[in-house]
Amino acid sequence: MAANGSPKPEPMAAKKASPDLLNSSFSFKSLKLKTKQQELLLRVSILGLVYVLAFIARLFSVLRYESMIHEFDPYFNYRTTLFLTEKGFYEFWNWFDSESWYPLGRIIGGTLYPGLMVTAALIYWTLRFLRFFVHIREVCVLTAPFFASNTTLVAYFFGKEIWDTGAGLVAAALIAICPGYISRSVAGSYDNEAVAIFALLLTFYLFVKAVKTGSLSWALGSAFGYFYMVSAWGGYVFIINLVPLYVLVLLITGRYSMRLYVAYNCMYILGMLLAMQIRFVGFQHVQSGEHMAAMGVFLLMQVFYFLDWVKHQLNDTKLFQTFLRITVTSAILVGGIALGVGTASGYISPWTGRFYSLLDPTYAKDHIPIIASVSEHQPTAWSSFMFDYHILLFLFPAGLYFCFKRLSDATIFIVMYGLTSLYFAGVMVRLILVATPAVCLISAIAVSATVKNLTSLLRTKQKVPQTGSAKGVGSSKSSSKVTLDQSQPFHKNGAIALLVGVFYLLSRYAIHCTWVTSEAYSSPSIVLAARGAHGNRIIFDDYREAYYWLRQNTPTDAKVMSWWDYGYQITAMGNRTVIVDNNTWNNTHIATVGRAMSSYEDEAYDIMRSLDVNYVLVVFGGVTGYSSDDINKFLWMVRIGGGVYPVIKEPDYLVNGEFRVDKGASPKMLNCLMYKLCYYRFGELVTEYGKPTGYDRARGVEIGNKDIKLEHLEEAYTTSNWIVRIYRVKPPTNRL
Amino acid sequence: MAARNWIFAVAVAVAVFLSLSTFSSAQDLQIVNAERRIDLSSHIVKAFLTLKVENIGKDPAADMLLAFPPTQIKNLAMVQALAVMGKKKKKTYLPLDVKPTEQPDAPNDAGYFLVSFATPLGPGETVTLEVLYILTHSLEPFPVEITQSESQLVYYHDSAVVLSPYHVKQQTTFFKTPSTRVESFTSVEPANRAGKEIKYGPYEDRAPYSYAPVIVHFENNSPFAVVEELVREIEISHWGSLQITENYRLTHGGARHKGVFSRVEYQSRRSITGSSSFNALLAVLPPRVNSVYYRDDIGNISTSHLRTGFKKSELEFEPRYPLFGGWRATFVIGYRVPLEDYLFEAPDGRRYLNFTFGCPLVETIVNKLTLKVGLVVLPEGSKDPSAVLPFTVNQDLQVKYSYLDIVGRTVVVLQKDNVVPTHNVPFQVYYTFKPIYMLAEPLMLVSAFFFVFVTSLAYVHIDLNIVKK
Repeated sequence: MAANGSPKPEPMAAKKASPDLLNSSFSFKSLKLKTKQQELLLRVSILGLVYVLAFIARLFSVLRYESMIHEFDPYFNYRTTLFLTEKGFYEFWNWFDSESWYPLGRIIGGTLYPGLMVTAALIYWTLRFLRFFVHIREVCVLTAPFFASNTTLVAYFFGKEIWDTGAGLVAAALIAICPGYISRSVAGSYDNEAVAIFALLLTFYLFVKAVKTGSLSWALGSAFGYFYMVSAWGGYVFIINLVPLYVLVLLITGRYSMRLYVAYNCMYILGMLLAMQIRFVGFQHVQSGEHMAAMGVFLLMQVFYFLDWVKHQLNDTKLFQTFLRITVTSAILVGGIALGVGTASGYISPWTGRFYSLLDPTYAKDHIPIIASVSEHQPTAWSSFMFDYHILLFLFPAGLYFCFKRLSDATIFIVMYGLTSLYFAGVMVRLILVATPAVCLISAIAVSATVKNLTSLLRTKQKVPQTGSAKGVGSSKSSSKVTLDQSQPFHKNGAIALLVGVFYLLSRYAIHCTWVTSEAYSSPSIVLAARGAHGNRIIFDDYREAYYWLRQNTPTDAKVMSWWDYGYQITAMGNRTVIVDNNTWNNTHIATVGRAMSSYEDEAYDIMRSLDVNYVLVVFGGVTGYSSDDINKFLWMVRIGGGVYPVIKEPDYLVNGEFRVDKGASPKMLNCLMYKLCYYRFGELVTEYGKPTGYDRARGVEIGNKDIKLEHLEEAYTTSNWIVRIYRVKPPTNRL
Repeated sequence: MAARNWIFAVAVAVAVFLSLSTFSSAQDLQIVNAERRIDLSSHIVKAFLTLKVENIGKDPAADMLLAFPPTQIKNLAMVQALAVMGKKKKKTYLPLDVKPTEQPDAPNDAGYFLVSFATPLGPGETVTLEVLYILTHSLEPFPVEITQSESQLVYYHDSAVVLSPYHVKQQTTFFKTPSTRVESFTSVEPANRAGKEIKYGPYEDRAPYSYAPVIVHFENNSPFAVVEELVREIEISHWGSLQITENYRLTHGGARHKGVFSRVEYQSRRSITGSSSFNALLAVLPPRVNSVYYRDDIGNISTSHLRTGFKKSELEFEPRYPLFGGWRATFVIGYRVPLEDYLFEAPDGRRYLNFTFGCPLVETIVNKLTLKVGLVVLPEGSKDPSAVLPFTVNQDLQVKYSYLDIVGRTVVVLQKDNVVPTHNVPFQVYYTFKPIYMLAEPLMLVSAFFFVFVTSLAYVHIDLNIVKK
């Protein structure tokens, strides 16, 4: 509760209150209470403003574009939410989706994290109950900003827990506009991460609180927070590994306590049982290698407890030492044997590729091309750290310094969270998101502690001249004496300069965040916007044009083959069955599509016939200069296809290790299905003034094969800017 | 189809001659001169029929019959009749009452409309009538499927002579085609073609129910924009605006598109490819329209332009893709107009809404139009809403729930099939209204907030701890 705040005056409040102190120092007693009230009012209003700010900063996308769902995965989430609100929870839970992964289908209920959809549906139903007849799309669009606002509240309480209320307020303000978080939570970004970061931070906060108080109720709260996290995002694995690691560190550093024992045991056991209720997770907590660390630490806790008890019973230290040695060895031995047997018998599944690729950044590149092909799984560049964290990057080490200076169970936790998540953020771009709360919290400690130190310096200074002012010039002696002690005037000016510097930095941060949000992170990626020759805004709405064409003008049972990136969008917006989609659960199926795309037309035709494909959809940026099209993704199709079907060989598509589409391209490249579909009749088109026909603006070359004939496919539709091209697969010709 | 119509027409003709004698009652009138001009330039077929009617009986005639073959009666969207009064320069037109009627012994299911004269036609008197009738879905594409580069050819079936239960002394029929390209037309001598016009007649002294089937096969590339279903919702808010939402299900009703759609052909040789397709539509909206939006199931569509004017506003918009034969598009157009332009107070104290019926899209056929007028007042405030229209529609009452509604809003539902632009005429919905109900929802919100604050106040002051701190 905000009411029982820290006894120490809060820096910002103190600053505001200082004029009062100066003007009326006579009735100190009555003022003290007033200051506290003022402080509370100030704190609540700052929090309220931060809450609103976090929400409205994320509405740029709605203002710039429209209230729409962004990107790829959110379309699946939106489609499932729609299903949930229309058909109810049990239908949703038992949903077998035959519209994706044709002919395999997908058991939706058992292969998704339902937290996000259930949350949105609950909000929707509540609003309807309150007679607000909103559309489910609006609820989905605004779920992420809403949860971002809630995250600021959690950040405040977390900051208060690990440092003080000032740090909490700064943390709330920092996280409200941090680009690393905004990138995944703008309005319309209806993805699991939107609620998961809230759940993650909530779980951590409640756990830290539980460790601090040793209270069962906080531990229970943390278990429920964990359950919500498990239901919302696969990133819960981070929690179930970080918390045991933290406990282990506390054990090693000799900080074992009954509080820790209660908190961890309750959280682990209850959290595990609750998590098993999510079908997609099931028994993984006891069967999968990724969750074994938590179990190991759980057992270790029991050994510790047991040893503690024995130590209490035995008064003989020597006897206890031998007992300790025996117990620890046997415990480790038993644990090791159990793990070995479990792994060998297949009861405990080994680590998954995704987990490996987190620990070893080069693993995915060599072994799992499908993970490596996703741009958000690439290692993070320094520039994106700078882009997403800005000044937090410098404040983070400073915050670590303050944390180490005042080490407690809570600060150890935040340090560990910060360091591990920052490592993962370096491995994968998208995990910047997970590190953001920690970075914000630690930076907030730095900011808060610095500002507090500086203002306290200023305030002690202000008091001296005030009391001495009556004496006037006569006080110079005393002041020179102080100068000798602490070199005060320099201190004072320095403090003011530093404070100004801090506020300058913070204001730069705010400007940077606003700019990044409005320019970089608010694009829905479905609608592309460009600047025209006269500075006017040109909108390329080709994706929706194509999807709506599919929805309206193809048979309802048509099967569409495309690269998996567009699968979710085709099912959600085009309402047609797809062969593969963004849920990359079956690598072979994706490889088959990759193989079809990289084969000659007649070979591809056989594959497409076997998959009942009616339409093929390709994305092509040659006319508009849109670079993330299928030709640029083509090498991944070759690699993924070649990973399963050795007939497809990457060197066949390269010339001297170079990927080309012009005259110098390899013959296989010039005649494969993807090339033909992208460039069909493109050779007749003049795309840029002063350039030959068939000039590809995305790659800046004249294409190598301008005379493309299609035998088994025909052009069914091409969007107005050629970004999406749809081909119809012809039925087989009659045999003569 | 063509063959069937032929056989049918012959059958009609035969039946007509056989059953001639049974229609003696209608013989009191005769048509001295009939001139028919049929405009085939768009997919809405407009026929202008000028009849000079004479009473040759002994008794004054109060009304006369217009007959239509059954193939036309089901596509007949509208029949209007005007009586021409006065001589050349001082001509005035008097609208006459026209309503569908049944004749017990109609030959071959011919349909009838009864035109009531303004004053009964005395024996020996003549009157000149201008009849306008509009046919939809009467142009039959042939060939049924065309490719992108072909232009669209259609059949039109009609009779060279006017179908009438009366004796017609002299008559002529003109068909106006959209272009000079006419593949063929049935020749019923005398018949000839000049430019865009085909002339049948003049024919002298045709007996009642004469029928001479003709088929005109010609090129028609006008946009065959057919709205399969249109749901217009008009929501009256007494806070000052009228919100109109129109849900369209549009299709291209012409010859079906076959095979390839080539973008390169479509954008570089626009004049010769896809000539029957259309990609731009025009909606005529009321003046002072604001907050116009144009979107569909998956979001906003950015290709639209609005021009507002004093008399009307024009919304020019494009569907996401050009529509070729058989292609569909669904979309929603919504807009807001100020309430004072459309809501008035009747002398008896009731309020009435005066708004335009029909579809705002120009040159479109609407197969099924549902107009929902939602009254944003509580039911007890709006007893017995009633609609007044110049033609018959199905009427119904519904209850709809919207923002902050507890009892729901009364919705007057008007339904009509086969609507053409000539149906865009004003209609009125009358209802009673008490202004006090406007305050219901704000008061509800205020009390809800009040409740929240009171509970939070109470919560702060109540100590729920078991142990005293």
